[in-house]
Amino acid sequence: MDKKSDFHSSAQQTQKLKAVIEESRSTPGCLMHVLQEAQGIYGYLPIEVQSMIAEGLGISLSEVYGVATFYSQFSLKPKGKHRISVCLGTACYVKGSDKILEEIEKVLGIKCGECTEDGLFSIDSCRCVGACGLAPVMMIDNEVYGKLKPEMVKDILDKYKA
Amino acid sequence: MEKMVNLKINGIPVSVPEGTTILEAARKAHIEIPTLCFLKDVNCVGSCRMCVVEATGARGLVAACVYPVAEGMEVRTNTEKCRQSRKMTLELFLSKHKKKCLSCERNHNCELQKLSLGYSVDEDRFKGEDFVLPIDTSTPYVVRDNDKCINCMRCVAACKKQNVNAIGPIGRGFNVHIGSAFDRPLSESPCVGCGQCIVACPVGALAEKSNVDEVWSALSDSTKKVIFYTAPSVRATLGEAFDMPIGTNVEGKMVAAIRRLNPHAVFNMDVTADLTIMEEASELINRIKTNKPLPMFTSCCPAWVKFVEQTYPEFIPNISTCKSPQQMFGALLKSYWCEKHDVAKENLFVVSVIPCTAKKYECKRDEMLGDVDAAITTRELARMIKTAGIKFTELPDEEFDNPFALASGAGAIFGATGGVMEAALRTAAHMLDGSFEVLDFFAVRGSKGIKEATYLVAGHTLHVAAVSGLDNARTLLEQIKSGEKKYDFVEVMSCPGGCVNGGGQPTLSDSVRNSVELKEARAKALYSSDTQNELRRSADSPVMDVIYDDFLGFPNSHKAHEILHTSYAPHKII
Repeated sequence: MDKKSDFHSSAQQTQKLKAVIEESRSTPGCLMHVLQEAQGIYGYLPIEVQSMIAEGLGISLSEVYGVATFYSQFSLKPKGKHRISVCLGTACYVKGSDKILEEIEKVLGIKCGECTEDGLFSIDSCRCVGACGLAPVMMIDNEVYGKLKPEMVKDILDKYKA
Repeated sequence: MEKMVNLKINGIPVSVPEGTTILEAARKAHIEIPTLCFLKDVNCVGSCRMCVVEATGARGLVAACVYPVAEGMEVRTNTEKCRQSRKMTLELFLSKHKKKCLSCERNHNCELQKLSLGYSVDEDRFKGEDFVLPIDTSTPYVVRDNDKCINCMRCVAACKKQNVNAIGPIGRGFNVHIGSAFDRPLSESPCVGCGQCIVACPVGALAEKSNVDEVWSALSDSTKKVIFYTAPSVRATLGEAFDMPIGTNVEGKMVAAIRRLNPHAVFNMDVTADLTIMEEASELINRIKTNKPLPMFTSCCPAWVKFVEQTYPEFIPNISTCKSPQQMFGALLKSYWCEKHDVAKENLFVVSVIPCTAKKYECKRDEMLGDVDAAITTRELARMIKTAGIKFTELPDEEFDNPFALASGAGAIFGATGGVMEAALRTAAHMLDGSFEVLDFFAVRGSKGIKEATYLVAGHTLHVAAVSGLDNARTLLEQIKSGEKKYDFVEVMSCPGGCVNGGGQPTLSDSVRNSVELKEARAKALYSSDTQNELRRSADSPVMDVIYDDFLGFPNSHKAHEILHTSYAPHKII
């Protein structure tokens, strides 16, 4: 994490986060809530955002980071314009969703949890989207793709590149 | 009167106050329940499951360190079920533990090793993925090897107790590890180097960054003159590393042992503690008389100084400009002593033996670089003595080398909280009023976190405070900031109880640490050496006369400022 991040917070975003911190700070155990709101505002939780939260709530950065890394719902890396989510739940996994994930990683040249350099795609894994009958399944944004085979991946992704 | 609860532990009746845990109650029955994550005054979370016992009224095994006793309860601590559970717990710890025990600093002094032996574990019962994390060597004072870590959280709790919070658990499940925010190196965290995490660690995941090799090579270099000096509290604790009773003053044996390592000389750091007092007391009087920023804070503790620079830079003008005794000694040797003995500075190798890890950082500060060549902890000195094959306990008592042997009792008590304050008051009061003869300032003694007192000296009302533990220091700074409290002179030591409880002191077994009041027992050795000393006031030490007459002129002289004083600067952390 030593690389300088490209993080930028617009005045509006900063103001929004400050407001969330202000209204939550007197509530004990509000850190989770603030992190969720912050992720909603910025899409992810870079060091700059976590520092603002730590300072605003009067707790240490190591505590904020500990919570942010404990829950898989929080992301420390920016998300792409299109968010790919591959189901690794039992049914999908048995049907070979790990191969689907591998193929996506290969096509995009990034690992699960990362974002492409052009900011177009990010990949995550999830556990069950409730479409086990269609296993293996992935979602791109709010669209569900089922009964996948690795060779289908490239064509699907190309649709989003247009 | 508090309500008493009657219970039986392994059939032995015990009566303890309500709210007592099974662990504490068992001690009353002279039964020790094994622990790992528990550490008295530091960590009590019931997470490691080593202290599990059977108790009537409870379902399954319970963690004795957090489970309260109940009337009529029957506890069994040593059943087959308990033993099997503990053994499995240990084997699970070991499945992920880097078992490089032979060369581990904590070999023979490791809680995990001791328990593993006791429970006849199979260290390879669970073979799993190796967990390889980088070793953090980013600071000059501590090394963290997380592959040895068992995630007991004792270091995190120690850091939290200091309210520094430089480290915490990161990640989840198998990937949990201890580190600084954003997995940055410790050197980029708010860490101040107090080393309380090291003495809290039950295994070898944390250790000081050793400078022993540099000292050995200087000792075998014929072109170097090596000079050792030892901090006041080292003599109060070094014996522990050789199984001597806690609180034994081993000054004579310590000197004899160091002499057998063949340095050029062994000096007494109590001497520059006295010198610090001469300078600091003069500075205090000067500040009072010229309306300079008050309160004046002591500057002996480098972790405290770093804390102010990082967290409360607005108080930098309040820190005494005096270097610490360690740095004063180095600076004095590299100027006065070299001049007097016609030795080139480059050929002198200065080793300070200290109870502290932050001192390793202090001697690497730009402002004072070169004064001290190596700072080694009490633990490192003990290791050197053992490596050299010196039978410490059989040694005769020997005396420090002249001219830096004789010091006042005021210098000795520097190692305990309140000691620097008391030493300074003895001399400052006398400087202000020659007829002031009080030598004992009882109100600033004892291991309480914040001690306050008011003294009337030569028409000046002095409000003083002695603080130990950085959480207490933070509280006090906030009170000063808000105007709630007003002081003239404040002593701060970062470690709870002061240097006797420093991060470089011998690591004692949990069994001892959980049953002994360590800070008090160690401090006693220093206060008894103070009362036995005919010289109680730094200013009365003939060595001070020699140093000032011969070299420095007078306290706070231009030359003294050049050699014995320093400066501080704000230091931004992430």
